[in-house]
Amino acid sequence: MTSLLVGSRKGLFVLESNAITAHHFQGEPVTQVLVNPHNQSWLVALNLGHFGVKLHKSTDQGKTWAALAAPAFPAKPAAGDADFDHFKDDPIPWNVELVWSLTAGGADEPNTLWAGCMPAGLFKSTDGGQSWALNMPLWREPRRQLWMGGGNDFPGIHSVLLDPRDSQHLTLGISCGGVWQTFNGGDTWSLTAKGMKSDYTPPDMEEDENSQDPHCVVSCASAPDVLWAQHHCGIYHSTDGGKLWQQITTPISSDFPSVFGFAVAVDPTNPQRAWFAPAVKDQFRYPVDGKFVVTRTDDGGKTFQAFGKGLPQSHAYDLVYRHGLVVAPNGRDLAMASTTGSLWTSSDSGETWLAVSQNLPPVAVVKFI
Amino acid sequence: MYKSAMPQLQPSQTAENLVTVTFAASLQRHIPCQPQNTGVATLREVLKTALVAAPDLSHYVFDDQGNIRKHVAVFINRDMLQNRADLTQRLNAGDQVLVVQALTGG
Repeated sequence: MTSLLVGSRKGLFVLESNAITAHHFQGEPVTQVLVNPHNQSWLVALNLGHFGVKLHKSTDQGKTWAALAAPAFPAKPAAGDADFDHFKDDPIPWNVELVWSLTAGGADEPNTLWAGCMPAGLFKSTDGGQSWALNMPLWREPRRQLWMGGGNDFPGIHSVLLDPRDSQHLTLGISCGGVWQTFNGGDTWSLTAKGMKSDYTPPDMEEDENSQDPHCVVSCASAPDVLWAQHHCGIYHSTDGGKLWQQITTPISSDFPSVFGFAVAVDPTNPQRAWFAPAVKDQFRYPVDGKFVVTRTDDGGKTFQAFGKGLPQSHAYDLVYRHGLVVAPNGRDLAMASTTGSLWTSSDSGETWLAVSQNLPPVAVVKFI
Repeated sequence: MYKSAMPQLQPSQTAENLVTVTFAASLQRHIPCQPQNTGVATLREVLKTALVAAPDLSHYVFDDQGNIRKHVAVFINRDMLQNRADLTQRLNAGDQVLVVQALTGG
């Protein structure tokens, strides 16, 4: 089994062969982790609460850590500044409260990092995280001020997908602000949530792309035009790079117990195969009937299978957050962790699961090393 | 962003005519910083001067907009700062500034 980094409410855990081998940032909330594919360094985002968000980097697999600059908004334009009128009614505070997504630049930009944050600013570093700059074209986008926080105080960018064919093509998932894409490195942005539907807006706004709440958006590494989204109101699939999203309409059954959830993972080798961790919607937010299953489709969402072997099948109240379910590059190894501190791994494409721990703090993010 | 000249400690100054800034243990757990003496100046200038000794601590005390973080409390002697954005009050010689983690939540 490949090694894992697990970011939790109480620090970062390192696991090797399904055993915890190290615990870093003990007691501190970890909100995101990146294993940089260009140099194998580890980047960890913390939310210290009282003292704000912080970034730390290790180039020696956690033996030592160095503090990096954290993404931070520029000073909000004051009266007299050229941009004052544009931003004077902006209801969103210009303070980073959460680093929700960390993504490495492409092979042609090995020192580039992207950070999606809450409030929903996108930040770019071109020096490996020593400094960050807010992407102003997206921040200036007038529709940005209509985004909603959903269950949080402010909207946030939780998914930042880099097209492996083109480093200038980024896809963002925003709760609640739909799916946005740039094809020129962030100079201009397009809203690409056509086909998604919300049930939390007035009926004539259900197809408003800017109001959509994709909880998590992923793309297939070997077929980047295939996107999957676990949306607040269902599961969506796109085969054309997000131009059109198709809602999964599979009837509810024991093999497809709910359309609600946060996490989605797509097989890097097979765009037709994706995994989900369903839960009862809204006020419940735990597995249907307390029976925890992972669902998988192998045919692009036409049919699903539920797998519960190794997972708790009664009185389970685990919720898997949007970054809590991951699949390794081989498409067979998976890892999943929950809000109630359970961590499972699978080496057979999610059909059976091994409980690695049931006593961790609430887990925000799991990554393969 | 901060254009004011930072106050400099002159050789003739003694601790009695300085402002002392102390960072609580909850902050020093992350970035160590001994108590700092600064010249008499506004609260913002005093804090910025004190943080020269530990520049990385600045982001723990100030938010992105240069205001005191909402869960950080600043006491000037026994008075807690009320307006996190207005740090223009001028401190007096002998004042003690304490920067602590605000007690919030249950």
